[in-house]
Amino acid sequence: MALDFSKDKTPIKEQDPNLRIKNFEEVCLGYSLHEGMLEATRCINCKTKPCVSACPVSIDIPTFIKQIKENDLKAAATTIDKYTNLPAVCGRVCPQESQCEGVCTVGKIKGFQPVAIGKLERLVADWKYTNKKTSKSENIKNSFKKGNVAVIGSGPSGLTVAGDLAKLGYKVIVFEALHSAGGVLTYGIPEFRLPQKIVETEISAMRKLGVKIECNVLVGKTITMQEIMQKFDACYISVGAGTPLFQGIKGTNLNGIYSASEYLTRINLMHSYKFPLYDTPVKMVKNVAVIGGGNVAMDAARCAKRLGAKNVTVFYRRTLDELPARIEEYFHAVEEGIRFSWLTNPIEYSDNGKGEVASIKCIRMELGTPDESGRRRPIPIKDSEFSLKVDCVIEAIGQGANKVLLDTFPELELNKKGYIKADPKTGATSVQGVYAGGDIVTGAATVILAMGAGKTAAIAIDEYIKNKKTNK
Amino acid sequence: MFTIVSKESIAPSEFDIWIKAPRIAQQAKAGQFAVLRLDESGERIPLTIADSDENKGLIRFIFQVVGKTTAKMSMLNIGESILDILGPLGTPSKIKNYGSVLMIGGGVGIAALYPIIKALKIENNRVITILGGRTSDHVIMKDECAKYSDKLIITTDDGSEGTKGVVTDAIRALIKNGENFDYSWCIGPTIMMKYCSLTAKEINLPIYVSLNSLMVDGTGMCGCCRVSIDSKILFTCVDGPEFDGQKVDWNELMNRLKQYKTEENKSSEKYLSEVGEHPWL
Repeated sequence: MALDFSKDKTPIKEQDPNLRIKNFEEVCLGYSLHEGMLEATRCINCKTKPCVSACPVSIDIPTFIKQIKENDLKAAATTIDKYTNLPAVCGRVCPQESQCEGVCTVGKIKGFQPVAIGKLERLVADWKYTNKKTSKSENIKNSFKKGNVAVIGSGPSGLTVAGDLAKLGYKVIVFEALHSAGGVLTYGIPEFRLPQKIVETEISAMRKLGVKIECNVLVGKTITMQEIMQKFDACYISVGAGTPLFQGIKGTNLNGIYSASEYLTRINLMHSYKFPLYDTPVKMVKNVAVIGGGNVAMDAARCAKRLGAKNVTVFYRRTLDELPARIEEYFHAVEEGIRFSWLTNPIEYSDNGKGEVASIKCIRMELGTPDESGRRRPIPIKDSEFSLKVDCVIEAIGQGANKVLLDTFPELELNKKGYIKADPKTGATSVQGVYAGGDIVTGAATVILAMGAGKTAAIAIDEYIKNKKTNK
Repeated sequence: MFTIVSKESIAPSEFDIWIKAPRIAQQAKAGQFAVLRLDESGERIPLTIADSDENKGLIRFIFQVVGKTTAKMSMLNIGESILDILGPLGTPSKIKNYGSVLMIGGGVGIAALYPIIKALKIENNRVITILGGRTSDHVIMKDECAKYSDKLIITTDDGSEGTKGVVTDAIRALIKNGENFDYSWCIGPTIMMKYCSLTAKEINLPIYVSLNSLMVDGTGMCGCCRVSIDSKILFTCVDGPEFDGQKVDWNELMNRLKQYKTEENKSSEKYLSEVGEHPWL
């Protein structure tokens, strides 16, 4: 088969690693229109469209790519808008390599890379926001006549439900506990991967659809679930997993030891990298250890580098093969000089006599037989302990269910791990009219899976309210 | 935006403000707190809700100027606003009829103790209150606490009012005089809560303390406020702020409280060099 296009993805411009470790600006600079059109020609518009079924929100990928190829970004934006309310976010943070791009027909050809679907989505979304007037979605008039829906939590799942239901004619109020909307997009993912401006633009597009976002409201505390059930026809709980886990090893509460949630919240939500211009401080030190191997660990390590740390080491108890982080983020981290210590687990923190962490004691691991997650279980190797000097440790070992709302609403059935039990086909919970999705159902997962859950729930909530109103 | 409707200076560098926050006023219970952010570049700080008026939709904070944020807050006048207030947060105090309760407050902690005194009196407890401060001027809310106490004892470090000495001396004096208590609360400077907890242990008196850990979100999301209670890691913002004083790892808490001392001083100095010294500080 003679293919008249490049085997590799059209290269994309990135900030030079030596420069970018000194700032928080976006690493990936995105395609120009010309580059995008060139990349779009790599899509062969195959019949099977595996990319669409691998997308948690089923974006009609071949169509929008064809529209890019035809230099009709306006049409491409309209296509994407039908499926996602957060295209500029998805184009940046989706794990495309394990979704659309992972199954791309072109990528299946020996020696060929898949079409850069994520980067093309980003191109369209960014184009839309710089050419505002042409966006169709902004002109939708919401009559609010179909009913009232409360959404609890303004992260990707909540925003998806809110946007979809607003488009269907519902009055939606989103309650957010923090002072800014966006959930993990705002407090968690750093500026250099997802600029706050992008998140704000997507949220303001949502507001134009008629979605109302009320910040500083912690449901369960500021207003009760009972009040929500009385005042709204239905509600969607998307509060995120939201409570950090600690390894709990000796010395965990020493100064200089953070959960990744705290570290990233200080930096992203509170802008502590601009201290003292912003009031919230964060430790800016020389030797930083990050524990864990997910995207959050990569984000924390790369933030530490940007705060001026000389040595940043990620300690992961398995190997690169098992690393849960997106491979792109791992490569970015390596380019930025982050070190990786594979098959290593910390077992103790010691202090400098002043209550601050000064060293980390680790043990070497080896991989045994696969555990219930299917990954090979790490086993400590006897007498392999070693110590390293550190000034700061960030534990990025995962999260558990935040109980603040759940404790006030015992009617809601939970699963064994303490997350909300919800029907994966509808998001329906054990309480009628109450739907749930995102990390508070699945445990910590990805932005796009949370959005997918939101999409499903929006359809189910629409059905539920329509039925309720006809049967009245 | 949350508007300040009244403001009063009640002690050297201590202020008493009422703020319009109807939703919080409706839900606030004794022992709970709120997280405040003054403006766009501000930090989030926890402050105990000292009182609330559901009908008027008002909440009350009493705060002492200890750094940049509180200094800036002391500059705000009636009619001006605080950008963000989230609350009520934390688990409310366990209010019921215990019988006889001993309430110990120190410094600005008296403001946090007051709503609990009030709630316990409404539940018909016999309430004996000890308030301590450096000097007479620093013992705040005397009349309000007296109103809901069967007996009010004041101690000052310099003897300018009440008994000269510290609150733990007053506890021992009460016990020596044959007083018996079923439960106690102590809210004040960390060192005072530590020593009251030790004293309580000696006399076998259960004691609640309200911890003033550093916080960011205040909703259990970050773990900044973690403390060791009976060697278990708990979060002050959601599991507390009240804990069994005899189970708190006090030295660890005091260590964690000084975590950002250098940065806090830098921030304060920078602020004061920009706005000039406040005459009341």
